[in-house]
Order: sequence, then C-alpha cells, then structure tokens
Amino acid sequence: MTKDMPMPKDAKIQAEADRNRELLRTVIVGHVDHGKSTLVGRLFHDTGSLPDGKMEAITEMCRKRGMPFEWAFLMDAMQAERDQGITIDTSQIWFHTEKRDYTIIDAPGHTEFLKNMVTGAAQADAALLVIDAGEGVQEQSRRHGYLLSLMGVRQVAVAVNKMDRVDYSQARFDEIEAEYRQYLNSVGVDATFVVPVSAREGDMIAMRTDGDEKANMGWYKGPTVVEAFDSFKMPEPLSHQALRMPVQDVYKFDDRRIIAGRIESGKLRVGDRVMFSPLNKSSRIKSIETWPDSRENPTAASAGESVGITLEEQIFVERGQIMSQVDNPPVETDVFRARIFWLGREPLSVKKAYKIKIGTLQANAKIESVERIVDTGDLSNREAEQVERNQVGEVIIRCKRMIALDEFTENPNTGRFVIVDGYDIAGGGIISMEGYPDQRSLSTVKSTNIYKVTTNVDRAARERRNHHKGGVLWFTGLSGAGKSTIAVALEKALFERGYSTYVLDGDNVRYGLNANLGFSPEDRAENIRRVGEVASLFSDAGVIVLSSFISPYRSDRQRARDSVGEGFHEIYVATPLEVCEERDPKGLYKKARSGEIKDFTGVSAPYEEPAEADFTLRTAERSVEECVEELLGYVGHKFDL
Amino acid sequence: MDRLDRLEAQSVYIFREAFNRIDKMALLWSLGKDSNVMVWLAKKAFLGHIPFPVMHVDTGKKFPEMYEFRDRYAEEWGLDFIREECPPIEDIDGEGLGPAARSAARKTAGLRMATQKHGFNGLVAGIRRDEQSMRAKERVFSPRGLEGNWDFRDQPPEFWDQYKTDYPEGTHIRIHPLLHWTELDIWEYTKREEIPLISLYFSKNGKRYRSLGDQDITNPVDSDASTVEEIIQELRTTKVSERSGRAMDHETEDAFERLREGGYL
Ligand SMILES: Nc1nc2c(ncn2[C@@H]2O[C@H](COP(=O)(O)OP(=O)(O)OP(=O)(O)O)[C@@H](O)[C@H]2O)c(=O)[nH]1
Ligand SMILES: [Mg+2]
Repeated sequence: MTKDMPMPKDAKIQAEADRNRELLRTVIVGHVDHGKSTLVGRLFHDTGSLPDGKMEAITEMCRKRGMPFEWAFLMDAMQAERDQGITIDTSQIWFHTEKRDYTIIDAPGHTEFLKNMVTGAAQADAALLVIDAGEGVQEQSRRHGYLLSLMGVRQVAVAVNKMDRVDYSQARFDEIEAEYRQYLNSVGVDATFVVPVSAREGDMIAMRTDGDEKANMGWYKGPTVVEAFDSFKMPEPLSHQALRMPVQDVYKFDDRRIIAGRIESGKLRVGDRVMFSPLNKSSRIKSIETWPDSRENPTAASAGESVGITLEEQIFVERGQIMSQVDNPPVETDVFRARIFWLGREPLSVKKAYKIKIGTLQANAKIESVERIVDTGDLSNREAEQVERNQVGEVIIRCKRMIALDEFTENPNTGRFVIVDGYDIAGGGIISMEGYPDQRSLSTVKSTNIYKVTTNVDRAARERRNHHKGGVLWFTGLSGAGKSTIAVALEKALFERGYSTYVLDGDNVRYGLNANLGFSPEDRAENIRRVGEVASLFSDAGVIVLSSFISPYRSDRQRARDSVGEGFHEIYVATPLEVCEERDPKGLYKKARSGEIKDFTGVSAPYEEPAEADFTLRTAERSVEECVEELLGYVGHKFDL
Repeated sequence: MDRLDRLEAQSVYIFREAFNRIDKMALLWSLGKDSNVMVWLAKKAFLGHIPFPVMHVDTGKKFPEMYEFRDRYAEEWGLDFIREECPPIEDIDGEGLGPAARSAARKTAGLRMATQKHGFNGLVAGIRRDEQSMRAKERVFSPRGLEGNWDFRDQPPEFWDQYKTDYPEGTHIRIHPLLHWTELDIWEYTKREEIPLISLYFSKNGKRYRSLGDQDITNPVDSDASTVEEIIQELRTTKVSERSGRAMDHETEDAFERLREGGYL
C-alpha cells in the first residue's frame, strides 16, 4: 500500500520540476545504412545513458556473429535486424540532457519499410536526417525530407555522418550541406543545423573534438548533435486556435449522457454554446465530468485533454461529428483535395472503394481522380492513373456523405486523414480545399420559425392543363461547350410544339438574382444553389425549365437534383476542352490562360464530369440541329403525359 | 497540462478508441504496478465504470500478497472480474527453451485459451516501450494472428492516432494504452493519484521487487527504497534495467523475441 512519508522539501521541488520537464520527441531518418541506429547507440553511450551491462551484452552479440562492435544493436533488437545489419521496424528510447527529456525514435531507411518510417516520423516534434558523407544525398534522403515536410515535421537538423570515411573533409561536407539544404528549402523546410559527425567514432555527437589532439574537425564551429537537439523548439500548444473536439463516443453508463472526446485545439468552458458538424445542432455545455467523484469537476478544458461533457439540450450527437464554437466551425464538404503518401501493397486506384478516417470520423470514399504524382527526387510532376506503393501524389477524394474537416494549414489535427484498404491503413494525407467550396451555408436553413404552406392547386392539376409534366433539363458542361445555344434552340422548338418552357441562363441570372456573387468556389456553389431552387419552383409550377450553367461541382448538381426531385434531368454537354478552347466565343479561355481571369473552369478550376448523366450530347460530332432533334425525342418520352 | 496529464489524456483516448471500435474486449490485469495504473486509467476513461471484463490469467504461482491484493481490489473497484487458469507445465512444449522461458510459454498458452474461450477480439495489456527492446517496437493497436502470434517483421503502419481497428475473424488486437509511458512515469502517476500497490515493491531487508512475475522466476533487486517517493528517487539515478530480475529475458539473446512472437505479452 502507498506509504505516506513526508518528503524532504528539496526533493519535493525537484520532483515537481522533473514532472514539468519538457519532453521532445525526435525521429532519426535518412537513407538505408547511413548510420541512424549507430548514431543513436553512440549518443546513448556518450551521454552516459546506457543501462548497466548493455555494452557487455552488445559486445557478446557481435562476438557471437564474428563481427566488430556494432552500436546499432542497441536499437536493432530483432534477430533479423542484427543478422542483416538493417533496421526493419521503428523503435523508441528515452534519454535526457541538462535542458530537457527526449524520446528518440529510430526509423528504418530501407524503402521496403517506409510504412515503419512513417509510423515513427509521424509521432515526432522534430527530426534529425542522417546522410552518409561518402554516399551523399540518396533517394531516401530526399523522400524522407519530403515526407517530413508533408507530415508537418518542419524542425529538421541534418547530420552528415561517417566523416571518418572521407578524412573529415570540409569540402565534402560543404558540398553535401549545400545540396541538401537546397532540397529541403524547395519542400518548405529550413534545416536548423547541418552537423558533420562520425557516429562510429563519436565525433560531434555529444562531444566536440576540436580542442584535443584528435582535432578531426577543427574547421567546424557549429553545434554537436546534442546541442542541435537542445536548440529545437517545443511545439506550440494548440489551445489558442478555434475549438475542435471530434466526438469519440457517447456514454450512457448511468443517468448521465456523456459526450467523450479529445480537444484537438482550442478551449471550452461550462456554459459555452457549441455546435456539432455536420448536422449543425447546437447546445450549451452543462458540465465537464471526471472520475474519481471525490474530486471537483473542472469548469474549463483545453487542447490535448480527453474530456467527457454533458449538454444542456438533448440534441443528437454521434461519433465522427466535430464540436466547435458556433461562430468558428469546420468546413463541411463531401469532396476535397489531398496530398497523400501511399503505403499499400495494391496501388491506390480510382476504381476501388475505400474508407477514410479523419480524427474519429469514418466515411466511405472513392478516389475521384489522381491529379498528379510527385517525384520526390527532383520534385517533378507527372500524370498517372493510380498511385503506386511508396509514391506521393495529389488526389481528389469524394465521400459518400457530407463530413466536417479543416484544411491542414488551418488545423493539422482535423486536416489530415488515413485511407483504409480492406483491413489495413494503407495511406495518409493532408487536406486542401483549393478549388472546392465550403458547403456548410448551402445545406443550412438559417432562419427558424418557417412553416410550409400547402396550396389548393396541386402539381398534377397543373400538369393536366399543360398536357406534360414539369421538370428541369439541367445542361452542364465547360464554358463554350454549347449549353446556351442548344438550350435556346430547344426552347424555341418546344414552345412551338406547345410546351410551357423557360430558360434559366448563367449570364442572365448573374445580372439579377445572383448579382451579389462572384466566381470563388463558395460563390459558384451559392449561384448554383439558388438556380436549383428557382428551377425547382418553376418545375413545381408545371414548366419545363432549361437551365444552362457550367455547374462544375458534382455535389452542387446533386443538390439541385435533390431539390427538384423526380423531374430532374442532367444533360451533359460533353464537348472536349480543346474544342471549347478553340471556339472560345467570348475570348475567355485566352484571358484565363494569360492569368487575367482566375478560377476559370477547365483551366484553373476543376470541372467534375457527371458520373451518370441522364443524357449526354457530343457536340463536337453533331450540329446544333441534330442535338435539338435528339433532345426533342428525349423530352417527348420523359415529359409527355 | 503537465507531463502526467498528457500521458493520461493519451491513454484515455486509446481506451475510448478501443471500446468504440473493438467488439469484445477484456483488460489483462496482472496485479502489478502497470496494470493497476491501467485499471485506474480505464476508470477515468469511462467515468468510473469499466464497461468490459478485467481478466487475470493465473499461473497459480504468484506471491500470496498478489492474490490478497486481487481479491480486495476486484471488489473495491467494482470490476467485472474473470479468473482463468494456465494449463499444467507438462503440457507445454519446452524445446529449446530454458525453464523460465518455458514458464512464460505456459502463460501464453493460458492466455490463448482464455481468449478463445471468451471469444475476445481485443486484449488490453500494460506493456511499455521502455521495458524491453522488442516491446519498444510495438504498436498501440497490435494485431495478432489466429494462434495469438505476433508478426513483428511486418507490422501495420500506425500514425496520427489512427489505429488498426479492422481485423479478420478469429484474430484479435492487443491494445497497449501504456506503451508511451516510462517506469518513472508509472511511479509518478501512482503517487499523484494515490493508486494502491502490492507491498512487494517496497524494500524489505535491503531488497525489493521492481517487476513482479511468477515467484520462481522473478528476483528482487538490491534497494532501500521503502516508499513511493524513495522509489522515484532511486529510479532517477539507477542504471539497472527494470527487467533485470526477470530470468526469462536472459536465458538466450532471442528468448524474449521468440516468446513475444508466440503471443507472450
Ligand atoms: N566508418 C563509419 N561507419 C559507420 C558510421 N556510422 C555507421 N557506420 C556503419 O554503417 C553501417 C550502417 O549503420 P546503421 O546504423 O545500421 O545504419 P542505419 O542508417 O540505421 O540503417 P537502416 O536503419 O537499416 O536504414 C554499420 O555497419 C555501421 O557500423 C561512421 O560514422 N563511420
Ligand atoms: Mg537503423
């Protein structure tokens, strides 16, 4: 049982101080065999951190294998690792300097084990990248640097190792430093220090050798590896950012209904009004519950804490929703852009169904398109159909439903995700909404106290009078595809045949109904939302609406379809970009190419082709008359009573 | 938040993920300091309730103090307690194993049988990375094969607190909520939270147990530390590794690796 003996005061202060010591997690990365594990072994030895008997044990392991003393065996624990002299899986070990405590994470350098490198690096606050002075900058040196940057580990120091092999040559060191600094810069990382070391000999690990007779690197005036570690900064706490708490679970073990989750950023206080996205229901926080019950419940909590809260109002809350303040919520969307790394055995493909996990949220998703593959060697881009194992690239991901998330640059914890293929986590990525709107305002009813009015003339009666059904022919396609031309010609033909029709055209509504909207992704989405609602009203009135809008986003068209209902017909005017650009009736493509117009669909903003259009028109191969002819048949078939 | 708050918050997060994602789980309670901290953290995670069974796989060879402790706190903490037994040592194939390793293999067999009997898909275990270099390579959610085996040469990636929670029928996941704690952290937390402990950890006649296993294969270490505070002081300066009193780790270089591959904790 705990014995209560008063502690001497000094010891108490000491204990307090120890518990508040900083703990920094540092990962060691770099190309295979460049000496990462050796460096860790040596670091432990030179700082007096090895447990008793470890040196003897390692000596014995090496003797048994008939090989010289190998520092790497401290970390390389598997027989397979020792026998092959290679690190297979990442490992962790603790040590401290005067300044603070460290968790050192050793990562493998072989491409085969990139998934293990990522596992180690993702847990780190800072990194030391090791480069062999003889071999110089290699494939994994670059790839690891790139991945660190992608994952947000931006504090990086570099060790140029095995200086003993190059006669401690300053020229060789300078060469490598220049080359690798430049690479890191191009991926947005500024190396804190580049340190020449010999892990095997212990030069510049914990001790400087300039003063003594060894004086191997008297020319080097910078810090040792240990000093470079101590110069890293502790990560900033996220408590000053907007509140984000992904709901982990809802417990009803007793008469309390407790919402469990970890605060990823920001703060919360009892009495705060909070909102849960994507359903956007809000409530006040009633209490923050804790155990043991003998201790008083706190009234506030902030980033990093795992909490259990109760709410004033009994609103529907479930795992995967994000709790935020009402006025600073996350993005709501079903589609986003991502920079990803792929670790799966099977390539990442647009054909397969995947699951994604963002925080506690899980959603079924598809890769809509692979935008590009990045060569981490020279940072060049190329097109591809799929992302192969260990590649990085940019993709568009579409989920089966609306989800809440943040851009990675806004909030790393809610702006990154993993992709699950079958039973396995097979990739990860960071989110960007570039070119895509926040759909929050589009799906939220802002005013309350709205009651629907039912009228005495129903839709069927209107249709009987018109002799045809009401509905919408929704023309979508690139600028210059021919949407308006065909819609106008078709309207004339329909009108002459006795149909009630009306054309809603992009340019026209922008003079009136949507005069307050521009061309940002959000405004485009709002533009289409309004048009969809207007089309829905017309169609309810028994009219056949011909709407012609680029409407580039699939989710916007889906929303219009949902609003109109059964009578919605998506007509894809499938004219290839080259043809549209050649026609360029308004000279817009030229301006877009020169950069004069920004966010131009097909050039600098995405166009998402319909997955299942109700009707597709190939205008490149047909005249306007032929298109109208085809559509007349379609309308007769679909709209006549 | 200080260091202990952060450790606690992370462990609570892990517990809650496991409970939400895993069908049928149990917490392995070995009665030692780590697993007591674990029970404590589970009570924190679920606000006083532990919504899954707490299981002791008994070798029958624990110290009497341990059994006393178990019976008292199973009751006091309101645990849904299960006791399972290990098969007799004669049933264990001891080829190439020293006596201590064979004894450990018996525990593994007991664990496998209990897991199958109850159909558990998840076992929460209190191992830490700093205990032993093979454990240092573990994942927080670590899949086990049909026979409870660990494929340590090909572990799943694990990052950004996204864990492996999808598993094929018949296999299970080991969940390690204390993986990121150190021995010193355990003691500091035990002190702060006033978590009860078995008296064998405290020095008697110049010796104490640092790690508790079966009576016949665990040895005490030299120590005068007879309070939690003194133990914390001792750990700050010691260079003796925690499991030095555990015989099975030392019989051969790969003893522990082989045990763990077979499903040992
Ligand atoms: N001469 C010399 N050899 C070194 C030095 N550092 C490491 N080595 C040797 O380089 C080889 C590879 O070292 P490791 O530490 O295993 O390399 P690693 O980077 O951890 O390799 P992986 O983890 O497999 O990627 C070993 O044989 C080391 O002894 C050094 O400073 N000088
Ligand atoms: Mg290594």
